[in-house]
Amino acid sequence: MSQVSETTVDRAIDTSHMKVSKTDVAIDVVNMHKWYGDFHVLRDINLKVMKGERIVIAGPSGSGKSTLIRCINRLEEHQEGQIIVNGTELTADLKRIDEVRREVGMVFQHFNLFPHLTILQNLTLAPIWVRGIPKAEAEATAMHYLERVKIPEQANKYPGQLSGGQQQRVAIARSLCMQPRIMLFDEPTSALDPEMVKEVLEVMINLAEDGMTMICVTHEMGFARQVANRVIFMDQGQIIEQNEPEAFFSNPQHERTKLFLSQILH
Amino acid sequence: MTTLDTGQKLAPRASFFNDPVIRGIIYQVVVAVLLIAFISWIIGNTAANLAAQNKTTGFDFLWKTAGFDISFSLLPWSRASYYWEAFLVGITNTLLVAIIGIVLATMLGFTIGIARLSSNFIVSSLATVYIEVIRNVPLLLQLFFWYFAVLKAMPAVRESITLPFDAFINQRGIMVPRPTPDQEFTWVMVAIVVCLVAAIAIGVWATRIRTRTGRYPASIVLAGKFGDACVTLLVGFTALAILLNAVYPVANGTVIAAIVAAAIAAASVTRFAPIARGVMTFAVAFVILNFMIGGMLSWLSPVVTSAGAALIALVMASVVYTNATERPPSDARFPLALLILIVVAIPALIYWVTGATLAFEVPVLERFNFRGGVQLPPEFVALVFGLTIYTAAFIAETVRAGIQSVNRGQTEAAQSLGLKDGDRLRLVIVPQAMRVIIPPLTSQYLNLTKNSSLGAAIGYPELVNVFAGTSLNQTGRAIECIFMVMLVYLTLSLLTSAIMNWYNGRVKLVER
Repeated sequence: MSQVSETTVDRAIDTSHMKVSKTDVAIDVVNMHKWYGDFHVLRDINLKVMKGERIVIAGPSGSGKSTLIRCINRLEEHQEGQIIVNGTELTADLKRIDEVRREVGMVFQHFNLFPHLTILQNLTLAPIWVRGIPKAEAEATAMHYLERVKIPEQANKYPGQLSGGQQQRVAIARSLCMQPRIMLFDEPTSALDPEMVKEVLEVMINLAEDGMTMICVTHEMGFARQVANRVIFMDQGQIIEQNEPEAFFSNPQHERTKLFLSQILH
Repeated sequence: MTTLDTGQKLAPRASFFNDPVIRGIIYQVVVAVLLIAFISWIIGNTAANLAAQNKTTGFDFLWKTAGFDISFSLLPWSRASYYWEAFLVGITNTLLVAIIGIVLATMLGFTIGIARLSSNFIVSSLATVYIEVIRNVPLLLQLFFWYFAVLKAMPAVRESITLPFDAFINQRGIMVPRPTPDQEFTWVMVAIVVCLVAAIAIGVWATRIRTRTGRYPASIVLAGKFGDACVTLLVGFTALAILLNAVYPVANGTVIAAIVAAAIAAASVTRFAPIARGVMTFAVAFVILNFMIGGMLSWLSPVVTSAGAALIALVMASVVYTNATERPPSDARFPLALLILIVVAIPALIYWVTGATLAFEVPVLERFNFRGGVQLPPEFVALVFGLTIYTAAFIAETVRAGIQSVNRGQTEAAQSLGLKDGDRLRLVIVPQAMRVIIPPLTSQYLNLTKNSSLGAAIGYPELVNVFAGTSLNQTGRAIECIFMVMLVYLTLSLLTSAIMNWYNGRVKLVER
């Protein structure tokens, strides 16, 4: 559990925009199962995410956290149950997959920037070729988001010339350029040095302040406390417990959760 | 730290022989002296030996008559030709085999390499077996196999095996028709070149506009629809006409075919395009399948084979229909059909208008041999086959390594951004894979060029055979001949790697 950290951002967080819709469902996962061959990775997952929610998924390695969010934009296929994203149910239908992926941005643990393209080209590639946005306009949008993640001066460099934290911020900006309604974060800070974790978390908090619907698989419990409105604990492919962060950390219900929290929170 | 600093100041400078700079200079001088001594010894020794044998040196022999036969030559050759002409014949024959081999090996290698990554078990195992068998058998053995076991084992001239398109194969090689274009055909050739350039220019221009403004120019979209309709009309008409006339003959088959094809073509530019595509697929697939299945299973009744073909064609048509409805053709699609139409249709039109003819001189079997056509000698065919098949196995592995070297995360990132498969391959995967593929691919091209010298073993008159073989034996100028041959291979290799290095430098990643 060495990667678990308690990094916090030392400032007041503006919650005025962080409104959770009561009626708009962003993601609805119903009785979902997934197998890798014989291995039952996800068992009977039920998860309803409302528009504007910030959800943190925690749990030990191999508990299926990443697999779950990778199912939500169909990087993995589920075998049973339903996943409905913004009212579109994910099936093998390519058109629906395209539709969902256009609305859902994803940030990976290892950034996955395109190393042969400059930062600006990384950011404009999908807007130009997927959304058909004119190049000049796509570049203007890209610069806007680069400013938001505070690295506009790196626009013409290549990913290999940037630090890990900068690369992850570019990756977030790249997703934002597609104007997604939902953002998925798959351990965005796990591959970073401690001091770079903060700069990435800062960007994620900014996003939350703007009211973005977010699901984060992360070991950053400080982030969970400060930003999340719900923490979900998973183990062995199941959702064991979910609660508001305060209650989750101070008063865990399930034995497995207590054990996990005692291990990571000393 | 302070103690260390003072220690260093107090310590005497490293002794003369332990100083790395001085050591370096000494090593360099020693190596240079040894090298010069070795070379002067070789030169002196060779000169002394040649003098002892009363041999003359020099390149004057190049202007003497060669007096031997060369079985296959692109340049005019007779026994009265000079040795420098033999040198040129050798170079052109080597280049001919190398260039044809490189083109074919690249195509075969890329296909096999991609096949090996296929998720289809049979396809990937076949590719694996091919690679493992071919690259573990020595090339010389493979050349002997193609030459002695396959081509030399062909029947005698009188029992020649007939291949499609008026080609024949026998002991003496493969006879193919010789194209004899007339005067007007030049215009068609010009048209092909012009149209090809125009099509590429239009493609580049359209892509540029597409990137700048977000959509293809309206004229291109309109022309693209027209192109789609034309292609649909032509292909649909051909398929339907064959279908109706051959399979289900009716009185006005051709007319009906034309009407139906026109209807599909009209539908293909409206929102009924998926239906048009489905019908097209059915017609084309049915005609081809019916021909193939009927040919292979000729002992079955034609009703059964036709029914089978129809069933498979129907499945294919339904797949195409579903795909087309899921991802309907949109204005955002690259107008490929239009470009193909430009390259094919305009030269065809000119061919028809100018009344040009492209006649073929067909090889005809006479009393003892074929007359007319072009004869590809078995040595040439065996060498091209051997080099292509052997090198393709290595290229396939290079391609597989290149594609696999691209991190899976790249695919996932592209997918999560919503890039379609074609765009993902073109913009993200291939550019990165090519970086890894190019350097070893260069080596394979060089290997193929140099391996072509093994043609000497099966009697193909390439450079080594003609110049370092026959010419050397006849003139006795070993040093000169070997030197010239080495110089040719060196030049070819340096040229190839210069081009590839230039490309490699362009696609190199920037880091730090």
